[in-house]
Amino acid sequence: MSDASARKDTPAQAEFRAYCRDWLAANKPGEPPVRLPQTPLEIMTTEQLDYLQAWQKAAYDAGLVGCDYPEAVGGGGRKDCQRVANEEMLAARTPFFPNVIGLGMAAPTVFYHAQEAVKAELLPRLFSGEDIWCQGFSEPGAGSDLASVQTFAEKRGDRWVINGHKVWTSLAHFAEWMIILLRTDKSHKYDGLSYFVVPIRAALGNGVTVRPLIKITGETGFNEVIFDNLEVDDRYRLDELGKGWQVAMTTLLHERGAGELQTPRSGGMKNRSSHNITTSAVIELARQTRRGAGAAADDPLLRDKLMRQLIREEGLKQNQRRSRVQALLDHPMRLPLQNKLLASEIAQSIASLAVEVEGMASSLYMGDSNAPAGGQWPLSYMNSYGMTIAAGTSEVQRNILGERVLGLPKSK
Amino acid sequence: MTQPNNYGFGEEAALLKDSARKFFREHFPTDRLHALVAADPTPGRAPSCQWDEALWAQLVELGWTVLAVPEEAGGVGMPVAAVAGLVEEVGRAAFPCPLLGTLNATYVLVACGEAGAVGLADIAAGKAATLALTDRHGAWDPAATEVEYRDGGLYGTAWFVQDAGKCERLLVCASTGAGYGLFWVDAHAAGVTAEADGIVDLTRDQAHIVFDGASGIEVSGNALSALHQAMPAIWTLVAADMVGAGEWQLQTTVEYVSTRKQFDRPLGFFQAIKHPLVEVMVQIDEAKSLVYNAACACDSEPEKAAQYAHMAKASASDMAAYASSRSVQSHGGIGFTWECYVHLYFKRQKHSQMLWGDGVWHRARLADIVIGTAA
Ligand SMILES: Cc1cc2nc3c(=O)[nH]c(=O)nc-3n(C[C@H](O)[C@H](O)[C@H](O)COP(=O)(O)OP(=O)(O)OC[C@H]3O[C@@H](n4cnc5c(N)ncnc54)[C@H](O)[C@@H]3O)c2cc1C
Repeated sequence: MSDASARKDTPAQAEFRAYCRDWLAANKPGEPPVRLPQTPLEIMTTEQLDYLQAWQKAAYDAGLVGCDYPEAVGGGGRKDCQRVANEEMLAARTPFFPNVIGLGMAAPTVFYHAQEAVKAELLPRLFSGEDIWCQGFSEPGAGSDLASVQTFAEKRGDRWVINGHKVWTSLAHFAEWMIILLRTDKSHKYDGLSYFVVPIRAALGNGVTVRPLIKITGETGFNEVIFDNLEVDDRYRLDELGKGWQVAMTTLLHERGAGELQTPRSGGMKNRSSHNITTSAVIELARQTRRGAGAAADDPLLRDKLMRQLIREEGLKQNQRRSRVQALLDHPMRLPLQNKLLASEIAQSIASLAVEVEGMASSLYMGDSNAPAGGQWPLSYMNSYGMTIAAGTSEVQRNILGERVLGLPKSK
Repeated sequence: MTQPNNYGFGEEAALLKDSARKFFREHFPTDRLHALVAADPTPGRAPSCQWDEALWAQLVELGWTVLAVPEEAGGVGMPVAAVAGLVEEVGRAAFPCPLLGTLNATYVLVACGEAGAVGLADIAAGKAATLALTDRHGAWDPAATEVEYRDGGLYGTAWFVQDAGKCERLLVCASTGAGYGLFWVDAHAAGVTAEADGIVDLTRDQAHIVFDGASGIEVSGNALSALHQAMPAIWTLVAADMVGAGEWQLQTTVEYVSTRKQFDRPLGFFQAIKHPLVEVMVQIDEAKSLVYNAACACDSEPEKAAQYAHMAKASASDMAAYASSRSVQSHGGIGFTWECYVHLYFKRQKHSQMLWGDGVWHRARLADIVIGTAA
């Protein structure tokens, strides 16, 4: 829990940190004109999007986004500085970036696997948030078993024609571009996959249909995307034909927070409708909540549960710290591959505990003026299942850990 | 104060941990442990203290018992983070020895200030020591002590004294006319009788020690404050031991379920086996990260040391219980036998789980710090 920024920086990092801090002090955006969702994956309106895109663009123009990427692709050309910028943006309580899938998944994948010209064409507008990106992996018949995707790309001349059906596609309703895993050969499961980037917004109504899906919470944010003879240039293929699975691994590794490149990340802004899913927020809630004659925070059973959460939360923080101390690691992927599993499950149990602390009042939802915290905790609790399902379910994460780290026999 | 990024776990610490692991791998494989401590399975066996004194002498020779002793008192003055690395390896080997007790006594003596020097000098000279603080209900806060100091002698009983049969010195908490003091006592002096306990754990010995007029040197007149300062390191180190033992349990169980086949497949193929073992790993990693954070706080953020040490010991206690449970269950019938080594670690971990406070106790103290004491 010590102040991360006070830990030792290299001279270049220290200088950059000071720069970020000054810039943020002068340029941190003011209150949003509209109610924001809890995460970028539930952006529903263009008003929300405009405000968030303006913030990402400003941060990019100031050099706080894409810091560790080379200048040739629109990055900052720095070394290990994104982490510094992230820490400062979080500490300054900024809004989050809207282009999360672009920054977290598409950027590293494009960077490692696209042609140079394509990187220079796509990455600057990705970093600035002017182009929103989405991820077309899952299909109705291919979720956890991702390699069974059937959406097909057929070669015609030097163009590809795409037909099929993607689903749960977050942000597709705003996205300019999609990273997409496609089948190019039906006779091989893994080696029959190829990876592309495709411009979907330009093709709306002309090969691409985006249909919003409504989430468990009543919010929108993810979609079905139907491809009907969409034509794509061959230069938008990443890496070789048949290497789609390997490219997808780059995406998934970064999605799960275990990749080489630090994802640009901002957030922490307090606003009417966003709150922090932390144990200390639940402790505060427990102090405010009456239970019997006293405060919920005085109930010994609840205190025990709260402390369990606090310990898990600190444990994850310390895992991340220890993962950079070589002498205290046995297997290089052991901690990185736990990240996504733990972050999502801890958030879920924190939200679950908050709902429990609220008791009957947790029955009140967002439209009810009596709902504590504006009904955010039941919303967070429901939304937390998005985290334990998306990006490889918790069960799939446990398979991966068991197989890749413990070396247990594969279940497929 | 803030903590260094790497927990202050530098090159020397890494070398120490590594050499300890190699030392035990070479000199003390688990079959030696079993041969040494598990000769008599009878539930009603007489209490005994089985250990390899010659090997222990080598460790003393290597200087492991003086690592935590400050340089000015003739020791090495290594940070708690480095010592935790060593203790993790002792736990992995489940090596029966008085290292933990000696380290614990060291931290308390350091907290006693100048008066503690006499004890530190003994430890620097290679004498093993242990804490004798606890009452018959397992409480170690000074007000609970059943030992009294009067007319120049100690009277009463200290309970649950760890590895007492291996130690030459005792650090005893006793009530005095003026409050509660700590006394440095020769374990073999007149008026000191160690009554060995018959315990489940085969890798330790334990005793209750009866004092009847034994003399002792008062090293602190304020036991409360010395213990308050030293306990975080003590909690952290027992948690480090449990992390090492947990790693042994995980590795051994993974090996077993990777080779044993049922239904035409290695057991580890089945998720009812695989996922719990992943959970064991996750819990070990949480405990381990929290141990080094707590150790580092003892070294460089003392105002947070208790808070972080409560986290580490609570986490390690729950982990130890779960890892023990899964290690036996996943071995099936063989895991239920005396000949299978998992019982040695099962028993050590269950002992450590309760030692110096279990998960519930540490979370309750943590809550007092973080939330404030309940109204
Ligand atoms: C909020 C949200 C956002 C999403 N955004 C995107 C996106 O932007 N782009 C995209 O491509 N996809 C997205 N997804 C889809 C997501 O990746 C899939 O839902 C996920 O991979 C699970 O696939 P499935 O839904 O088909 O479930 P299934 O694979 O059918 O799984 C159902 C249940 O069975 C379990 N299960 C499956 N296989 C195994 C196994 N081998 N062992 C043990 N248990 C197993 C699962 O853990 C789960 O509990 C999103 C999902 C959500 C919830």
